[in-house]
Amino acid sequence: MARVVVDVMLKPEILDPQGQAVLHALGRLGFDGVSAVRQGKRFEIEVDGPADADLAARAEQMAATLLANLVIEDFTVRVEG
Amino acid sequence: MAPTVGVVTFPGSLDDRDAARAVRLAGGQVVPLWHKDTHLMGVDAVVLPGGFSYGDYLRCGAIARFSPIMSAVVGAAREGMPVLGICNGFQILCESHLLPGALTRNDSLHFVCRDQALRIESTATAWTSAYVPGQEVVVPLKNGEGGYVADERTLDELEAEGRVVVRYLGANPNGSRRAIAGIANAAGNVVGLMPHPEHAVESLTGPTTDGLGFFTSVLERLVHA
Repeated sequence: MARVVVDVMLKPEILDPQGQAVLHALGRLGFDGVSAVRQGKRFEIEVDGPADADLAARAEQMAATLLANLVIEDFTVRVEG
Repeated sequence: MAPTVGVVTFPGSLDDRDAARAVRLAGGQVVPLWHKDTHLMGVDAVVLPGGFSYGDYLRCGAIARFSPIMSAVVGAAREGMPVLGICNGFQILCESHLLPGALTRNDSLHFVCRDQALRIESTATAWTSAYVPGQEVVVPLKNGEGGYVADERTLDELEAEGRVVVRYLGANPNGSRRAIAGIANAAGNVVGLMPHPEHAVESLTGPTTDGLGFFTSVLERLVHA
């Protein structure tokens, strides 16, 4: 059993109103010095078989096909053993 | 026989019945389509209605895009069949890459529900030929993720090719780039918009009957096809 972690974030040029709302809430709670917050999604995927290059390639495909919308989002894939 | 318009119901669709009613009021015959259907039952056009297909899980429209019916819709749309996506339907059309760009969370973070003034920018589509260019209409708008975004090059292309179909008038309700409320594909047969013309087809229940033109446009075109 291998584990894949995919992080999906809005592209830097896309406005992230949720992140901004969190930023403002942190300020209200007294957390000083927080200058920016971006909110994203994390997927933890369990897959049968070895954690190898083939799995990395399939995980890239999963992310590009479904998990992220490449018009507005970027993703990173990490294969864990 | 009156032209047939398929209205797709996904799990979580809300406005499929209103869309079907709008088609009937415009003089068309409705064929209900189900998300698991693999073919279009010979319809002449398709409406993807508003709602929260598959609970809007992952991203609005992202799961619906891979439903069996959408394979058929995408194929038919590429061959020229008129397809209208309203609200969630617009999101599905963007996720399906039938239309460029994407819909993101409203910049206000608030769900917006109001009667919205719009300008019809293009009447050269299958769904807007009943209007006159520049016509101002009022139809309901109700969305939480209706902010239209695309890169600058795509926005410039849409403008240059006359593919911005409707634009918000007055205060921008959701942060859409260039106040874009709806767009078309290059051929003009596929149109997506966030506002709800199907909720403005009868004076009893709508703020106006301004929305009826979307449905009479496509029926007129099909009759003369």
